[in-house]
Amino acid sequence: MPVDFGKEVDYVARLARLSLEPGEKERMAGQLSEILETARRIQELDTTDVEPTSHVTELPAVLREDRIKLSLPLNRALQNSPRREKGFVKVPRITASEQAEE
Amino acid sequence: MRLYEQTAADLSRMLQSREVSSVEVVRSFLERINEVDPHLKAFITQTPVMALDSGGEIDARRMRGETIHPLAGVPVAVKDNISTMDLRTTCASRILENYIPPFDATVISAIKKAGMPILGKTNLDEFAMGSSTENSAFYPTRNPWDPERVPGGSSGGSAVAVATGMAPLALGSDTGGSIRQPASLCGVTGLRPTYGRVSRYGLVAFASSLDQIGTVSTTALDGALLMSLVAGYDPLDSTSLPDQIPDYSTGLELDLKNLRVGLIRYGRVEGFDPQVTETVTQAASLLEEHGAEVGEVSLPLTDYGLSAYYLIAPSEASSNLGRYDGVRYGFCSDGDSVEAMFSRTRGEGFGPEVKRRIMIGTYALSAGYYDAYYLKAMKVRTLIRRDYEQAFKKFDLLLGAASPTPAFKLGEKTEDPLQMYLSDVCNITDSLAGVPSLAVPGGFSSSGLPIGLQLTARPLQEKLLLKAARFFEEQRQPAFLRPRLEYLEGGGSNEI
Amino acid sequence: MKYEVVIGLEIHVELLTASKLFCGCSTAFGDEPNSNCCPVCLGLPGSLPVFNRRAIELAVTAALALNSEVQLTSRFDRKNYFYPDLPKAYQVSQYDRPLARGGSLEVEFNGGRRGVGLERVHLEEEAGKLIHAGDSIIGAGYSLVDYNRAGIPLLEIVTAPELHSGREARLFLEDLRTVLLYSGVSDCKMEEGSLRCDANISLRPEGSSELGTKAEVKNMNSFRSVELALDYEVKRQEQVLSGGGSVVQETCHWDEEKKQTIALRGKEGSSDYRYFPEPDLLPLVLESDFIQNLGRSLPELPAARQNRLRDQYGLEREEAFLLTANRELGDFFEEAAGEYNDYRTLVNWIQGDLLYQLRESGKQAEDLEPTLLVKLLRLLDEGSINRPVAKELLAEMVQTGADPKKLVRERGLERISGLESLLPLVEQVIAENPEAVENYRRGKEKALAFLVGKVMAMTKGRADPAELNRLFKEKI
Ligand SMILES: [Mg+2]
Ligand SMILES: [Zn+2]
Repeated sequence: MPVDFGKEVDYVARLARLSLEPGEKERMAGQLSEILETARRIQELDTTDVEPTSHVTELPAVLREDRIKLSLPLNRALQNSPRREKGFVKVPRITASEQAEE
Repeated sequence: MRLYEQTAADLSRMLQSREVSSVEVVRSFLERINEVDPHLKAFITQTPVMALDSGGEIDARRMRGETIHPLAGVPVAVKDNISTMDLRTTCASRILENYIPPFDATVISAIKKAGMPILGKTNLDEFAMGSSTENSAFYPTRNPWDPERVPGGSSGGSAVAVATGMAPLALGSDTGGSIRQPASLCGVTGLRPTYGRVSRYGLVAFASSLDQIGTVSTTALDGALLMSLVAGYDPLDSTSLPDQIPDYSTGLELDLKNLRVGLIRYGRVEGFDPQVTETVTQAASLLEEHGAEVGEVSLPLTDYGLSAYYLIAPSEASSNLGRYDGVRYGFCSDGDSVEAMFSRTRGEGFGPEVKRRIMIGTYALSAGYYDAYYLKAMKVRTLIRRDYEQAFKKFDLLLGAASPTPAFKLGEKTEDPLQMYLSDVCNITDSLAGVPSLAVPGGFSSSGLPIGLQLTARPLQEKLLLKAARFFEEQRQPAFLRPRLEYLEGGGSNEI
Repeated sequence: MKYEVVIGLEIHVELLTASKLFCGCSTAFGDEPNSNCCPVCLGLPGSLPVFNRRAIELAVTAALALNSEVQLTSRFDRKNYFYPDLPKAYQVSQYDRPLARGGSLEVEFNGGRRGVGLERVHLEEEAGKLIHAGDSIIGAGYSLVDYNRAGIPLLEIVTAPELHSGREARLFLEDLRTVLLYSGVSDCKMEEGSLRCDANISLRPEGSSELGTKAEVKNMNSFRSVELALDYEVKRQEQVLSGGGSVVQETCHWDEEKKQTIALRGKEGSSDYRYFPEPDLLPLVLESDFIQNLGRSLPELPAARQNRLRDQYGLEREEAFLLTANRELGDFFEEAAGEYNDYRTLVNWIQGDLLYQLRESGKQAEDLEPTLLVKLLRLLDEGSINRPVAKELLAEMVQTGADPKKLVRERGLERISGLESLLPLVEQVIAENPEAVENYRRGKEKALAFLVGKVMAMTKGRADPAELNRLFKEKI
């Protein structure tokens, strides 16, 4: 069964917060269908009882001591921020549908 | 004698014996950059003033008789996805075009501490996603052996800089072949260390479980010198390996008597250039002639590896690249709500390949598809690691091709992402397994394009890889061949 | 139809570490915006997280205090969503392999004690803080972000759906807060956001075992608003259901002003968090010794203290409850009880006058030295002062922390007693108030109180009313 990305493209683009131009969307849907078609080949492999590899490093997590280190000076911390106001970072209004997501 | 044609090891020696000053060395490379880079576009940002300043500082310290690092005064080029404090780090993306990190990557701190002048930041495929350096938002980099061809990618800028003498050494990053494939296409040596061997702190993440910083050099010894500087445990990177690093640069003679080499047979992988297969086979014979035991090894999951990679890497990328939302840094579009602003910023700020990967990754992780795509790929990754464990029971080194073909034409694969992905097929399974792997020049195609060999070893066996690379160097005459840049005035000699 | 209310809570608690979960930035509250930020907690490209050992210790301690089973291996995952206060566009959290599973907390409800089950306890990172220009989040023209809070270690506690009213939810939360305070893992200040609670609430026909469609209620900023919001939501859902409608699965905000829940229309499927194992952090592997040591150093928990207070000091159930729920007051009592063994008198003063004075003055029990109360009670016991003076002195001690002995000496507040001092005054009052004397003789008891009051006024309260009563009876 071929992968049809056309139906998914809007949903995924919203999830990924990517605005796509109309032509771009169709082109992408076509390319992604093809890529996923190839990617699906791994379904042929039997992975019964195979644990997934999330990390190739088989070591436990490192813990550091709870000591305060110097933070960045305020002007350094925000030096790349496109919109600032009184030491804050400024963003446009938040819509109701986004509120629900948090 | 042109300084820019010297190896890093020679420059180091000349600097230590005060035959030359660091400023002279830096100046030589800067002149070379001025001459060559307008044609090949290996750099995104050049830092001549900074480089001369740090060269001058090193000279002064040497004059005062201070003990300084052997590489002090030897310049280096850095891939533009490695954070440099107060120096623009763009990842060749519009979205980070004006981003200036307030901190240094751990490898950059090491380089600065050693006193290596930074010549500039090299071009790459946007966020290291690509195999040709054509996905740069700014301009493609060209292959010095044939400017109509790609240098490979994503560390194309670093490979070209080293191949043409614009830098004696460069840092790159390799997620699924991004050091080894361009090194192969440009005729230089590129090492992808064991996952965790070099700190990733400050390397802008593409796929965190795969990304590794590595070296690009003209010789194995040069790569070893740079590795000795950048490898090692870093408390800032939780995936950093605690093991002590060996002295990479001494005792690089390969003991062929006790070496078992597995020649990789690529099963159903298509599109292999017969000249590449021929070069690899010859290399195997060479090892055998010198006493190594050579057998065949098959890594049957190679093409499944490619499929798994193109699910795992985009999945991680989709998450890693979420932070580019126009709020704290980077390009910012407008919009009358946060969501509109986010979507437009990302839609306009990212290039097509990055968007494709974000889309694939988002999809592969989304509800309903996770098990079939992402989780399945992670299980395949386990199978691939087992393949390697099996192979390393019989062999100390695996030998194969670093790229299925020599450099391809600019534009040849840009419209067909799948074909582009296939050019990493030789490199990807090593990345998935987390083992170290190195590309070293193996020969030339009939049309004069470099063909690279790829050597793979057990985890933490970087030194064995460097020894093997050194062996192949010793078999070549001359040891290293530079491209003749006939399209440039002067062109320069092509050997070391 | 009668409905049963089913409520499950998700509680987030900021842990008391000095530095953040993944970086060395300070967790101090109330600092200048964006002044406690670094590449890691700002999510700058290339930055990487490293665990804070103390955060792990506190999280394990809390899990142990809640009888939750700490897992030897747990894993951290990325929860992906876009929001301006989330610097990396993912929250490092725990998904299918949490730090601890199960657990329970015994709570005193109206109908008696009952264990409330927990699903899990896990560790995650806090987000930044949004400040909205305008009156509400949604109406605001724009918002401002402060990332000081981003990356503070956050403990998430998820209960089983085993609470059945707003009141129960509140009581549970109050007890949970006490346990967490006792374990020393958090300051649990709801007003500073270091303790927050979301609730899932649904109704089902009584007797049914299936869960109804739930609504998620957020933005409840005090224990009181948790109770109010959930009671409101019960009524709303009841109305929907009994009107033949069905509850829509949605997220709503508690509006503190309007005292109602307001639905936020989320687009369908918008919370697809795409969890996957965090590649930048290796699995958390805990030695059983590590866990056992933390278990051994766990301080006494509220339930144990309550029992001990009753056994050791003979306190009543309500008294022990009060001195446990108000930890500082309990500590005050126990410290004072070390020097003063009339526990009955002590607890009466503490739960009566002292608590009253603390509330009046807005002070905390910690502001007063327990030994000062002991001094005061001793003065009273020796008969150096009388009760009214003691009460007045206590008020002053709470305000200023002054030594009662010194106050008595400086102001001459010693009790006036003995015939020598009092008899002349009694005789004077009898002489000056013949009417009252006459009334008393005719059997009006009130007249005696009037006469005693006169002497009390003359001595500025320092005489002993009991002694005066006796003297007047003798003389008249
Ligand atoms: Mg949570
Ligand atoms: Zn920080």
